[in-house]
Amino acid sequence: MAYPATYKYTKEHEWIEVDGTTGTIGITDYAQSSLGDIVFVELPKVGDKLVAHETFGSVESVKAVSDLYSPVAGTVAEINSALNDAPETINTDANNTWLVKVTLTNAADLDSLLDSAAYTKYVEEETGH
Amino acid sequence: MSEAALRKTALNATHRALKAKMVDFGGWDMPVEYSGLMAEHNAVRNSVGVFDVSHMGDIQLRGPGSLAAVQKLLMNDASKLQVGQAHYSAMLTPEGTFVDDVVLHKLSENDYLIVINAGTREKDVQWVRQTIGQMPSTHINDYSDMYTQIAIQGPRAVDVLQKLTDTDPSTIKNYWFTWGKVAGLYNVMIARTGYTGEDGFEIYIPSDEATSARVWQEIFAAGEEFGILPCGLGARNTLRLESAMALYGHEISDTINVFEANLGRYCKLDKESDFVGKSALQTIQNSGGPKRKLVGLEIVERGIARDGYPVTTLDGTVIGEVTSGSPSVTLKKNFALAYVPVEFTALDTEVAVTIRNQPVKAKVVPTPFYKRAKK
Repeated sequence: MAYPATYKYTKEHEWIEVDGTTGTIGITDYAQSSLGDIVFVELPKVGDKLVAHETFGSVESVKAVSDLYSPVAGTVAEINSALNDAPETINTDANNTWLVKVTLTNAADLDSLLDSAAYTKYVEEETGH
Repeated sequence: MSEAALRKTALNATHRALKAKMVDFGGWDMPVEYSGLMAEHNAVRNSVGVFDVSHMGDIQLRGPGSLAAVQKLLMNDASKLQVGQAHYSAMLTPEGTFVDDVVLHKLSENDYLIVINAGTREKDVQWVRQTIGQMPSTHINDYSDMYTQIAIQGPRAVDVLQKLTDTDPSTIKNYWFTWGKVAGLYNVMIARTGYTGEDGFEIYIPSDEATSARVWQEIFAAGEEFGILPCGLGARNTLRLESAMALYGHEISDTINVFEANLGRYCKLDKESDFVGKSALQTIQNSGGPKRKLVGLEIVERGIARDGYPVTTLDGTVIGEVTSGSPSVTLKKNFALAYVPVEFTALDTEVAVTIRNQPVKAKVVPTPFYKRAKK
């Protein structure tokens, strides 16, 4: 599956799509595929402060737990609470299933992230293909 | 990369051709999942799934002294086995803790096959030689690399196997085995055993790659009409955990004794022969039993307990540890097996599991968590 060119990516396999000062964050298709059947999502609360590159929640499949790392610093504006009941949506469509929306503290955080070409290359290296 | 050093079963190329996700399991390059853990798990519970379990080891004890050797080596009473019958047993340390858990098969008089775990193969073989090697008239053979062992599991396993053999698998009783022609191979050992809590069979065929791959293909061709799926270690773990079956290195190890693990029913302290671990276990029994025991926990609040997570009282005192924890695919709840002091083992006792630094409430529930409906 292609990684959208309009997103930025972390090496921990989150994506972020930025519109003005709002960033929408999800996990990549590679992340969902590595995890397998996702059964549980733990998200922060609206108003929580996220620190760039630090954990803000977790995603769990039947067999594993994976921490979520924030691509940017910001304040949680909205959470996708539908995932509490239907976490498997992430497996079906990781590119379009968001976890949280944040109000960015510092737009310059984005500069340190990977673009889709760099992320694609990074994943290829990680999987050895 | 360490990958080069990993051991491979004869079906390794088959798994890779099926695009299985492979992992290092006790030094073996094994499939953890193919189409998806939940689909594989459900195939076994509802129809049929197939596992490559060739990484497991096989030790044969033969000769006029073999029963005495088996009796000394293993905690269950092998004198009760009939030819063609198998039972769950274990090799113990002198302290009554586990060297390994095993399935013992009585092939004929004076001929026994012990099926052992993959991760403990070398240790086990050495233990067997050290423990009974000097007993008279017993020949010890490590046949671990001779067999490809395939587990066909699930309510339709019997139908799949029926299409491949001239024997009638439906007449094999649970934990019994027979010999039959399977997929054109003569004298294949067909055992009604498994590690899923479901009905099923394990077959033992020659371990050459071509034969193994061909039989694997024939099983899938026969099972197609039942929606047969190849299943990996991921589903194997969730299936055995729902059935509360012990996994070496988790529920049992050389620091956990038989009574703690609730496996006393397979340990015959009253059998005529002495066995390694017996006197230590008698001492434990005579001094009031173990101080801690394995229990089943259902996580009542939101959260998934995982292996190694601490178990605490409701006020936060650490009292034990989760040995295996996972969501239950069949029952849609989160369960764990954990060691806790005996005063916390009564059903409905409330405890907490520490999940990422947060106490999450759990309660003691009966095991197995899942039990298949009796026919």
